[in-house]
Amino acid sequence: MSILIDENTTFIIQGITGREAVNVTRECLNYGAKVVGGVTPGRKGRDVYGVPVFDTVRQITERMRVDASVVTVPPAFAADAAMEAIEAGIKLIVIVTERMPRNETVQLIELADQYGARVIGPNCLGIISPHKSKVGGVGGPAEDTRKAYMPGPVGVLSRSGGMTTEIANTLTAAGLGQSTAISIGGDPIIGNTYADFMPLFEADPETRAIVIYSEPGGTMEAQLATYLREQKSRLPVVAFMAGRFMDQMPGMRFGHAGTIVEGKADTSAEKIRRMREAGISVAEEVSEIPRLVRERLG
Amino acid sequence: MAMFIRVEVDPQVAGQADLVKKLVEVCPVDIFATGQDGALAIVEQNLDECTLCDLCIQACPPGTVKVVKLYE
Amino acid sequence: MRFYEYEAKTLLRRYEVPLASFRVASTPEEAAATAGELGGTVVLKSQVLSGGRMKAGGVKFASSPQEARQAAAEILRLPISGQVPRSVLIEPKAPVAKEYYAGVIYNTLAKRPAIIFSDMGGIDIEEVAEQHPEHLTQATFSSLRPVSDYKMKEVVASLGITGNELTALTPILSRLARAFLAHGLTLAEINPLARLENGSFVCLDCHVDMDEDARDRQGALLQELGIGREETRQARPPTPFEIRGAQIDAQDTRGVAGRIVEFDGDLGLIIGAGGGSLTLFDAVRKYGGRAANYCEIGGNPSVSKACELTKLILSKPGVDKIAVMMNVVSNTRVDIVARGVIKGVVESGYDPAEKIAIFRIPGSWEGEGFKILRKYGVEYYDRSVSMDEAARRAVAKMQTV
Repeated sequence: MSILIDENTTFIIQGITGREAVNVTRECLNYGAKVVGGVTPGRKGRDVYGVPVFDTVRQITERMRVDASVVTVPPAFAADAAMEAIEAGIKLIVIVTERMPRNETVQLIELADQYGARVIGPNCLGIISPHKSKVGGVGGPAEDTRKAYMPGPVGVLSRSGGMTTEIANTLTAAGLGQSTAISIGGDPIIGNTYADFMPLFEADPETRAIVIYSEPGGTMEAQLATYLREQKSRLPVVAFMAGRFMDQMPGMRFGHAGTIVEGKADTSAEKIRRMREAGISVAEEVSEIPRLVRERLG
Repeated sequence: MAMFIRVEVDPQVAGQADLVKKLVEVCPVDIFATGQDGALAIVEQNLDECTLCDLCIQACPPGTVKVVKLYE
Repeated sequence: MRFYEYEAKTLLRRYEVPLASFRVASTPEEAAATAGELGGTVVLKSQVLSGGRMKAGGVKFASSPQEARQAAAEILRLPISGQVPRSVLIEPKAPVAKEYYAGVIYNTLAKRPAIIFSDMGGIDIEEVAEQHPEHLTQATFSSLRPVSDYKMKEVVASLGITGNELTALTPILSRLARAFLAHGLTLAEINPLARLENGSFVCLDCHVDMDEDARDRQGALLQELGIGREETRQARPPTPFEIRGAQIDAQDTRGVAGRIVEFDGDLGLIIGAGGGSLTLFDAVRKYGGRAANYCEIGGNPSVSKACELTKLILSKPGVDKIAVMMNVVSNTRVDIVARGVIKGVVESGYDPAEKIAIFRIPGSWEGEGFKILRKYGVEYYDRSVSMDEAARRAVAKMQTV
């Protein structure tokens, strides 16, 4: 099993004719994913590696079932594109676009809530259920993706797209496969935080442990800690915290837009303290993660 | 200048206007340009940007365009 | 991106938030003239992008033009948190009866804008939250619908406030929220929001932050306020090295190779991407390495970008070697980065085998990348060497020099 996506998931790519989107399309197809259409306004009738291009999302949803959309359009148009997909009835929206204005991110998430749609990102690389499907650029070319990911009991949630694959690769090398790995997005406001995904993993019998990659900034680690305590989750969680050096440099932005130390609560030291209190094992380095996962799996 | 990539184009292709146009269009990193006389020009400073996409090779008759990796 | 107080007040005035008639002066003479025009006792406030101005001596009162000249002269000479004041803001001193707090932020977990209100204004709101939580209230509101007065009324009333105070405070909060939504702000805060002895309300001080990523959409406002493109308004001004890094990053749109922050070590870092850079920078520090810089490479940058970044880092005095390290890459290509870095080293007049302490970027197109690295004799590692181990080896190499 896996969460959110599997071998039957059909999806479209909005902005499919762009430089990076063309790559993502080829990589997903090569991995066996069902890319059923793409949208670039004014380019209807073309195709990208055999995937038909349309002018609007509805031109596709009227013809077939579409489970998800990958939004890879420039920041000025991203909220509009996501809203188009939400109103066309698509229930899983993966927003790859970086540097979206925050007020527009918030608006599209509120719309998604009204339509019962789930938003991943912005500023993410997508979702992968190993050997089944990947929705987005996560893992890169299909052959590299197969090297880094294999099916298994670990759910991965990461605020960094690149570190999603680094962690999966470390787990795979140690013989620990992944049920589903999600690059959840590097922005200060994202559609779904760690805690938002937990009920899904909780309900997936294959998933037996969770690994998260976290950073300074924001309060989603504290939210996860509260969730674990209150819900008495069956899933052990192992965390890796990057950017510890930032505690000494408040107000400076490094890395993702969401990564900035503004108060005591969002320093890495405070986050690590709260996570440990909630029973999360915190790894000192990425290479420690497999050992901690095995310990917690018992 | 270029350290990693050399592109060799058959002189016959380099003089054919339609093929020159195609090469200029397909290269994602602008290695090809149209020279003053309409013949093919290679943009030296873009050679190392080559992504090995092979679109130039596919655009011309087999064997007429070669992308040489200088590091091999 | 933080606004100066006078910019924030100019914005709030457009939304009819009640304000004293403030002016801005950039010389003691102007300040004296303005104080004369305003008459009575005035307050003069240093215009810097930092809090704690009162404590630092950046706020003074004056009851005559002569006093105002003297006060302005002192304020303009006084740097606060390393910042030289841009000007002084002058407004009539208000007879305050009580102070409140009103702020709008994003609740990042609820993913909605939120209004925060307190009847204990004038002090740090985090202090109120910790020590007097019963004096603090907040509520999220819709980002899609126009701001509703009733939402704000509920918030104010929840602290037991009624009568004229309730009806006067409600529209001020609504207006603040409208300004927040309309201009891509991430913080709009009035503190203190004062009730004067005559019962009217006035915003005495405010703090406005705009989302960096909203700048393109807010061109008209920024132009009106005179905030130029080049103003980054980070926690500290960028160094020339950092400015050059930003220029390299902006030279073309292909990928990121920049976001440089300068440090004073001997090991230049070419690292990526968002999360990988944080992980690797931690690792270099953990093993006792002295980094010359932080940077980020990602999104598949061009060869020339990677090349120019390498040349910039190698040109920094004190840099002995560079370490080129990333997490397993998905869209950035190993061969493209390898070409760029080697080219940068060679064009700087060095031998890549000597100058590159370590190259650890596994992933997309690694086979091709490793061929290039072998040809130039560079010590490289694939995914079987962890990021931490790569950092450790890079640092060890520096110590044997």
